[in-house]
Amino acid sequence: MARQPEGPPPPPTVQKLRLRYAKRGPLRFASHRDLARALERALRRARVPMAFSAGFSPHPKISYVGAAPTGAASEAEYLEIGLAERRDPEEVRAALDASLPTGVDVLECVEAAEGGGSLADRIDAARWRVEMPGVEPAELAAAVAALLARDEVLVAKRTKNGLRDVDARGPVASASAGGEAGCAILHVVVRQVTPAVRPDDVVAALAAVADLRPPSPPRAVREAQGRLDDSGTVADPLGPDRVTRTRCQGEHAAV
Amino acid sequence: MTGQSLYPRLEPLLAQVQKPIQYVGGELNAQVKAWDDVAVHWALMYPDAYEVGLPNQGLMILYEVLNERPDALAERTYAVWPDLAALMREHGVGQFTVDAHRAVRDFDLLGVSFATELGYTNLLEALDLAGVPLHAVDRDETHPVVVAGGHAAFNPEPVADFVDCAVLGDGEQVVGDVTDVVAAWKEQGRPGGREELLTRLARVDGVYVPRFYAVSYGPDGAIAAVTRTRDDVPARVGKRTVMDLDEWPYPKTPLVPLAESVHERMSVEIFRGCTRGCRFCQAGMITRPVRERTITGIGSMVDQGLRATGYEEVGLLSLSSADHSEIGQVAKELADRYEGTNTGLSLPSTRVDAFNVTLANELSRNGRRSGLTFAPEGGSERIRRVINKTVSKEDLVRTVTTAYANGWQQVKLYFMCGLPTETDEDVLEIADLAVEVIRAGREASGRRDIRCTVSIGGFVPKPHTPFQWAAQAGAETIDHRLRVLRQAINADRRIGRSIGLRYHDGKPGVVEGLLSRGDRRVGRVIEGVWRDGGRFDGWSEHFSYERWARVAAAELAPYGVDLDWFTTRERTQDEVLPWDHLDSGLDKEWLWDDWQDALSEEEVADCRWTPCYDCGVCPTNGTEIQIGPTGRSLIPLTVVGR
Repeated sequence: MARQPEGPPPPPTVQKLRLRYAKRGPLRFASHRDLARALERALRRARVPMAFSAGFSPHPKISYVGAAPTGAASEAEYLEIGLAERRDPEEVRAALDASLPTGVDVLECVEAAEGGGSLADRIDAARWRVEMPGVEPAELAAAVAALLARDEVLVAKRTKNGLRDVDARGPVASASAGGEAGCAILHVVVRQVTPAVRPDDVVAALAAVADLRPPSPPRAVREAQGRLDDSGTVADPLGPDRVTRTRCQGEHAAV
Repeated sequence: MTGQSLYPRLEPLLAQVQKPIQYVGGELNAQVKAWDDVAVHWALMYPDAYEVGLPNQGLMILYEVLNERPDALAERTYAVWPDLAALMREHGVGQFTVDAHRAVRDFDLLGVSFATELGYTNLLEALDLAGVPLHAVDRDETHPVVVAGGHAAFNPEPVADFVDCAVLGDGEQVVGDVTDVVAAWKEQGRPGGREELLTRLARVDGVYVPRFYAVSYGPDGAIAAVTRTRDDVPARVGKRTVMDLDEWPYPKTPLVPLAESVHERMSVEIFRGCTRGCRFCQAGMITRPVRERTITGIGSMVDQGLRATGYEEVGLLSLSSADHSEIGQVAKELADRYEGTNTGLSLPSTRVDAFNVTLANELSRNGRRSGLTFAPEGGSERIRRVINKTVSKEDLVRTVTTAYANGWQQVKLYFMCGLPTETDEDVLEIADLAVEVIRAGREASGRRDIRCTVSIGGFVPKPHTPFQWAAQAGAETIDHRLRVLRQAINADRRIGRSIGLRYHDGKPGVVEGLLSRGDRRVGRVIEGVWRDGGRFDGWSEHFSYERWARVAAAELAPYGVDLDWFTTRERTQDEVLPWDHLDSGLDKEWLWDDWQDALSEEEVADCRWTPCYDCGVCPTNGTEIQIGPTGRSLIPLTVVGR
């Protein structure tokens, strides 16, 4: 007979918290797996009362949404955690932030609203800022114009099944050039597609349409993730939780 | 300006390499101190990839011990993979530390921990990338003093041309002594330059400075004599031994990397040294005597370490953890303390002993019982007497069967092949054993899905062991025995499919043998291999036997010796061994007698429980066995996650 864990099953999830965190500075070179390990350990150090799955190797209830690629910094990474005991979201945020290495910074924590739908459903696009040292803004502006003038730009992308051509233009909802002399900045909003089109792919598309070849590797920062609305703005995916929470508290107070 | 960060120049390169996270530092519990606030700057290197080097306990201990000193700082550096190394050369970025990305060239000392000889080419690569001359004689007072440590430093002769000194034994105290010497010399305005500094270092107990010892060779190619070239350095250099481990509870705050490493757990060293007397085991010979950490010392290190790291698993580390005098109580009380917290406890591979199954059961009380590892090392009872790791076949089968009956699904058995006096029959007994274990295990557990993995590697004779005189088995012999073993295991598929065989071919062991028992002439081989592109010799995808063999033939020919001379040749009693002037405390006559006992299959008992057998260590070093029981208990604690 296979052994079963002795004792009662683990306590259920009583509270779901959603967090926004940043990866900054040198830690932009961390992969998603690296961050996941670091977050799990930090939750233990911070003594957050995590809910666990059942079985011989119980896992803490954590779900990650749309991780930024290795090498890209981000101000808008999201995850959801399940707690076995209720906690004040701001206390969890502060404790977790304090126990994470500098460069992985927890910016927000809100309680998930009941019936508000999943976090993943509230994200279908990302806004990026891509710094391009050694590239002049005018040069970038011309390349962006050339890109936007096209319907499709195929770039070679390394995927699980080897190199394949993907369209890096289609998912680009908007793009513009900025920055200053000696360091252009590309602002771009990219829709979520499969396989994912990342800032590197957009940069490759700029090379394909306008022969723009940055002398040193561009540095990408994800500034926001969320639903792309009709005005072209990326909405805050935690917005609905915050709204519901406030209303709930208001109603409670009224009673 | 020294001590500046190279990061702005390194960063663009990192976007172009594999696993860049390994080069950025920022690990939990890493420390960065201001360069100008301290007198002495140490760069500590583990000469292998970050994922292997980061969990190294020795380096972590010294990193903390040095950083606790107000007058010193220590930063870490690891071997750089070839993709980044090429970019660093192209862009003129030197070997850097991961903590503050300072140039290794700027440090006062570069300490390199050699757990294995296969890191030697990585040392040369790091020196070259750092812009430090490869040869110690070409360095001036502005270059770091290159210090070798770790077990391989007990025969540093193959790297004698490349290191300035080697430190024998435990590092905790000697790094402080070395720091004092360097601090005083700098304070005094660096009198006498590098030569004077090295002379002062050579007078520190445990520090060997190869340049002050001359080696001459006889007509037969063997060493004629090793003589000191100055009167003010010791004729023989002894090792350092830290007594009372409770006074050295390091690492207190273990490093937790963001990158994945080979050990995703925290370790607590529960004792140091081993007197079991396994004749192949260099670690057991050179780390004597046994010094236990007390049960309360262990308990507080586990607690503090878990709080500082958030790790989910703690390994209770030592050369033979079940031998701790209070291990039963340690296991029970830790299991009590962490029950219900999702904290795992583990013992590394253990002796074949039913007690170990009891311990493993205790530590995995409510956890999954996946795998258990035993190390019988020798396939037959006869060969186990030769290596002094005696266990009868019946006891072995009974112990493994007990493990299966207690719910362990997979048992891993470690063996060696190519041991002195070994024949094909000794190795073939491994197959019989594995078959027996599966048969008995299926019966005892009532399950068909149990597995036994046989893991086997070629034996490499090491300095300061009774087998230091032995002929190493050649690669063909090893490969032949592994082949017949594989055939024997696969002979009966009904049983054989429950047995896994993991092995390495014999060739890397030959190179390890050359580097382990080599003398200073082998330095030319190491340099030649590095110049030919040799790096990361511990990695099969980088290791090239063909390159080592070719360079060894060319570089050793002028001396009238060759690869076989260093490896498959048996040494005689009167031969001067390259490490004879380095004193592990073991009496050479005792080692020889033990070698003779091995050949006549005579065992020796552990001196912890039987009278002293005069290995020589305690009287030479003024040390003694430190073991419990202390009779104490763990203090109840409120623990993480409950």
